[in-house]
Order: sequence, then C-alpha cells, then structure tokens
Amino acid sequence: MSTAMPHQPARRSARRAVFAVLAAAVLAAASTAGCSSSSKSPSAAGGATSADDGAQLTMWTRAATESQTEALVKAYNAGHKNQVKLTTYPNEQYPDKIATSAGAHALPDIFTSDVVFAPNYVSQGLWQDVTSRFDQLSFKGDVAPSIIKTATADGKVYAVPHALDLSVLYYNKALYTRAGLDPAKPPTTLAEFATQATAVSKLGGSVKGTYFGGNCGGCVEFTLWPSIWADGGAVMNDAGTQSTIDSPQAVAVFKIYHDLYAAGVAAPASKDENGTTWLGALQTGNIGIAPGPSSWLPLIKAKGIDVGVAPIPGVNGGQSTFVGGDVAGVSVTSSHAAEAWDFLSWTLGDQAQVEVLAKSGEIIARTDLAQNKYAAADPNVVTINQVMGKGQTPYALNFNATYNDPQSPWTTTVRGALFGDTAAALASGQSAITSSLNQH
Amino acid sequence: MSLSTLKEPSAVEDARPRRPLLTIRRRRAAQGLGYAAPTAAVVSVFFLAPLVLVVWMSLNHWPLLGNPTLSFPTNYTDIGDNTLFRGAVWFTLRYTVVMTVVLFSVAFGLALLVQNRRRGVGFLRTAFFLPAAVGFATASLLFLGLLSNEIGPVNPLLTHLGIISRPVSWISGSPNTALGSTVALVTWRFAGFNMLILLTGLQAIPVELYEAARMDGANRVQILRRITVPLMRPTIALVLIMMITGSLLAFDQFYILTGGGPDNSTTSVVMVIVREAFVRFNLGSAAAISVAVLGVLVALNVVQLSILRRRSR
Repeated sequence: MSTAMPHQPARRSARRAVFAVLAAAVLAAASTAGCSSSSKSPSAAGGATSADDGAQLTMWTRAATESQTEALVKAYNAGHKNQVKLTTYPNEQYPDKIATSAGAHALPDIFTSDVVFAPNYVSQGLWQDVTSRFDQLSFKGDVAPSIIKTATADGKVYAVPHALDLSVLYYNKALYTRAGLDPAKPPTTLAEFATQATAVSKLGGSVKGTYFGGNCGGCVEFTLWPSIWADGGAVMNDAGTQSTIDSPQAVAVFKIYHDLYAAGVAAPASKDENGTTWLGALQTGNIGIAPGPSSWLPLIKAKGIDVGVAPIPGVNGGQSTFVGGDVAGVSVTSSHAAEAWDFLSWTLGDQAQVEVLAKSGEIIARTDLAQNKYAAADPNVVTINQVMGKGQTPYALNFNATYNDPQSPWTTTVRGALFGDTAAALASGQSAITSSLNQH
Repeated sequence: MSLSTLKEPSAVEDARPRRPLLTIRRRRAAQGLGYAAPTAAVVSVFFLAPLVLVVWMSLNHWPLLGNPTLSFPTNYTDIGDNTLFRGAVWFTLRYTVVMTVVLFSVAFGLALLVQNRRRGVGFLRTAFFLPAAVGFATASLLFLGLLSNEIGPVNPLLTHLGIISRPVSWISGSPNTALGSTVALVTWRFAGFNMLILLTGLQAIPVELYEAARMDGANRVQILRRITVPLMRPTIALVLIMMITGSLLAFDQFYILTGGGPDNSTTSVVMVIVREAFVRFNLGSAAAISVAVLGVLVALNVVQLSILRRRSR
C-alpha cells in the first residue's frame, strides 16, 4: 500500500535543486575558465590611418630594458588616441610569467621578450604573423637584420626589434686616474683588461677591480661570449643544436675571469650575483672595469660616475658584442591587432628612434639612422654603434631551458668554469648543453 | 472486502498526519544539503575539477597554446630519465626531515615557554606570531635582501661584531649554507604559527593532572614525557602532518631565496614541476610529475595519520 507517491515530488525537487546548483556552479566556472578571451582573428587589412582609434592596449616588458620601453610608451601616449598601459616584470620571472599567462590565454595585447627567447615563442605560436604589415614599412630593410632573423620562421615575421642591448665594457675613469691608468686608453685585449682591473683593485678599501654575474647564466653568456667570438671561436652551431663551448678560446676566456676571482680582484659578491643586484653593483662607483649591458649607460651616468665605454675584446685582441635586447610582437590572443601594430610601427619610425631613444643615449635598431645628431654627440654611443656591426645574436630553440634558466646545464657549467676546474667544467658542460638543446 | 474498504479511508487519514512529519525531515535534509552546497561547489570547482584536469593533462602531450594529443604513458616513463627530478626528490626528502625536526622543536619550545600566564607573556606570544603576518614570498625576498653580500646588513653586522672575519656567502656559498639560510627563513616565518596551534593543545590539558603529578614527586622532564606529550597527541599529529606536507611541497623559499642553487643543490620537487611546465613548455610532463607527487603525498598522509592516531582509540 504505497503512501510514498505524494512525498516523492518533494524529495525529488529538493535533490534536483541541490544538483542544479552544483551543476550550474561547475558549468559556470568551466565556461569562464576554459575558453580563451574573446579573440577575433586579426584583420588582415590593417589600415594605418584608422588604427589610432582610442583603443586601450596592454603591454608587458621585462626590467632590463624597461627604461627604453617606458620612454617609448610615454611619448606614444602623449601624441596618440590609443593609450598603452605598460607593466614591467623582473627579468628572472618574466619568462615564467609569459608561459603561465599563455597557458591561461591571458596574454596582453603586446609583449616583449628577450631576443634569445624569440625563436621559442615563435615556434609556440604566441605572436601574430605581422609579415604583411612589416612589408608595408618603407624602412623595413634597415631594421636590425640579425634580430629580425630570430623572430622569423618559414619566411614569416612575428616580432620586431623593440629595445637594443649590446654588451660592452664599462670603466670608471676616476678610479683609473687614481690607479695610475690612462682613462683614455681602455683595454684592447682581455689580458689587458685583467691587468687594468688588477691595478684598480690595488686601491683597496671597498674598491674592486671588476664584477660579473657568477650565478647567472644569462649574464655570463652576454658578457663572455663576445670575447670568444672576437677570438674567432663559436659557442654553438648555426642551427643551435650542438654546443661547441669546449674550445681553446672559451677555456682561455673563462680562465681569465676565474683567475681574477681567485685573486680577489673581482668582487666576492660576483659569486652570488644572479642578476638582481648587478646594476646596483655597477652604480656604486667602486668597480674599476666590468662588462655590462649598453642600455645601462644612462643609468650609470645618472649616478654621477664618469664612465667610459669600450668594446669587449678577445684574449688576443679583436672586438665583438652580443647583439641582444628585446623584440616586441602582437599577442596571438589580442583583439586589437591593428592598434597594437600602430604602436609597434611607430616605435620603429624616425621620430621614435631618434627623438625618443637616441636622445636618451640608447642604441637604436634602425641602421640607417645610426649617425643621428645625438649619437654623434656622445663618444660612448659612437663606440657602441660601431661595434654593433661586429656582433652576433645567437640562435637556439631551447635557449631559456638550456642557458638562462637557473636550473640549466649552462648555469652549472659556468659556475664550474668560473669557480672550479675551468677545463673540466667546459668539457662536461658541452655534452649536457647539447642534449638540452635537442630536448623536445 | 471490508478490510480493504476499511483500509483505504484509514490509509488516507494516516497519510495526513504522517505527511507533515516526513516532509519536515525531508525539508531539513534538503536544507542541510543547501547549506553544504556552496562549499561543495567551491570544492568541486577549485579542487575536484582541476584534479581531474591535471590527470587528463598527464595523459596527453599538451602544448602551451594549441591542441593536446593523447600520449600515454610517455609522460610517466620520462620521469625516470629526468636526472634533475631524481636529485630534487633526494633533496626534498632531506630538507623535509631537517625542517620538521628544527621547526617542531622551536615551535614546541616556544609553546612551552609561553603557556603559563605570566607578566609579559601576551607580548611574547604576539612577538613570536608576528612573522606570520608577512606573506611567504615577501619573507623570502626579505631574507634575500638581508643575507645578500651586495646590499644586505647581516654580513657587515657580523663582521663588526667580530663573529666572522670576512663576508660569508649565506645564500649560494655552498649547499649547506644555502640549506641553512632556507631553514632559518622558514623557521622565522612559521615557528610562531605552529606555536599557536601547539599552545591550544597544551592549554587543553587539565591543570589538575599537573598538580597531581607534582604531588607524586614527578620532575619537569617526567611531566613532559608522561603527561604533556601523550595528551597532546592529536595536536602534535596535526602540526607534524602540516609541516611534512608543507616541506614536501616547498617552492617559494627555494625559487626566491636560493634559485635552486648552488648547482641545483636546493632544487625541490615543485621547482622541477614548474620548470617542466613554464620553461620547457611541456605541460603534460609537468602534470605527470604532479600526479606522481600527489600519489606519494596521499600515501604518506594515510601512513602518518594511522601511526599518530594509533593509541588514541
């Protein structure tokens, strides 16, 4: 005798209500989390005139080249309806930030990246194809070719040079004079560099001969590879699949820095330097001569240091530089491709290159504008521009995992070579680096 | 016949008084489910759904942007070839042992120190707990600055006091100093918090037991061994489980303070997962390692709970 019939609707409806709430919550969360942000396919016809329509663009960059990006964004915002909102991240965390945001489909409209990571980001499809837009620029052939190469795949361009950063030697002219060295005669060989650094370190106190980033793979490749190149050596094959770091040139270069540290000429803090306090160390005015990024020239001068710039030499002479810096591209998830390209193409134009970047002492990407009036006024900038032609931009797909990441085989190799047995570290490092270059 | 005719009206009559009662019970049950629903929704969305997603990701080759392709069991077999992971496992285990011993001793010692109401004990309790107000990443950055050779005050201070003769590289001088710096950071940050939990356990012990023990002539050590520790078993179990799980999943302190160095000597398991995902862009492999770590953690917690609760039945 069933009396349950009248009760079932109440029980069923209670259960249904609860499950409906649960299901709705799960579905709502899944739909907002799963889908990518509203991304329309980029319009192929990017009309230059209609692209400045008051869009709000988001842009990310890394701390190393922040001064240049900030200057460009400020100047662009002042003269355009589009407004770019810039966020800067510390160098060491920036690649992780890009990767996590890419995975979450939450990239900004424009983002820059260290030029050595460009091949990897291009292969991951993080930037939009801007080949047709780039081809419309009248000066496209004069835009730093070695950097365009790293952002190109299958003949398609995905990013353009944004901030240039070359490695050079900075020397403190006041300390040179005090140490009895001629401030007009910087070293022309790495051996001379060691002698001059040792002379400055004899001043004692808080003065040190030199400084380097001994716990930072990216810092060491930026400052030591040019010496290897100047001596005619190579660190990798052209395709970036085979390391050739175990070469007589590399051993000679690392040995010089190793001996400088062992003799106490290099500041002890060099061993711990992972890049975060590198600029700070150079800005104290207590370092005699040290390699560093060219983009720091205004920042070092701002501390009142009478600084001279010299190209990085090889052990026996020659000159070279690491042509680095940042490239910038339009994110593949951006819905403001035309406006974003309006900003990027403006940054490569004459006004931005000369009146914004060159005016503040920065190196510019446009090779046809290298002889501008601001560059000619500062002999340091002239030096840097002249060495750019002798420099290289290395290419490898797995660059970050192999060289810059703190857990990379390069970091282990570098620390062994600088603070342990140089030859053994480079020999064992070569095979570890090669297998990392080929990992998929 | 008469029975059935009799039954029908009574069935209807019986139903009426019975219906409100059952409806109340059902309504209460539905209410209970309704109150639990928000939490259930939060748990499903923020825990269950990601868990299922991670397991699914570990079975695929999963790129950053783009479509995943099924690939089982490559991600799991590749774990064996990962030398960085093997080193990280050994280090994480060693770190867990060291950290748990040090942190528990300090937290328990502090709790014993401040358990009795004396003048100034409130100030002491607050002072010990205060580091918990600093976010963990911030605390790591703080120690990075303090111990830095270049900008930190610790080396100049110790040199001035004559404790060391030349600046010591606390963070990356050697694997032992790096581990020591990290243990100091975590102890400073978490001792007060764990002290608080142990304090509640201590204060739940009736005072009469202590008085009775003292009247029987027990000294401090005997009181500690025979009364305090056994009665605090559940609290100690909780604190130990939190410490061990937290140490096995340690990330912030190594990522920010030591960078996994020197020479990968302080690279923890979670650091390897993060590197797989966001440096090597291999999300499937990272997910596989995560699932493996999850399995180990679940097994470990089951073992811990059964051991530490053994005698309290």
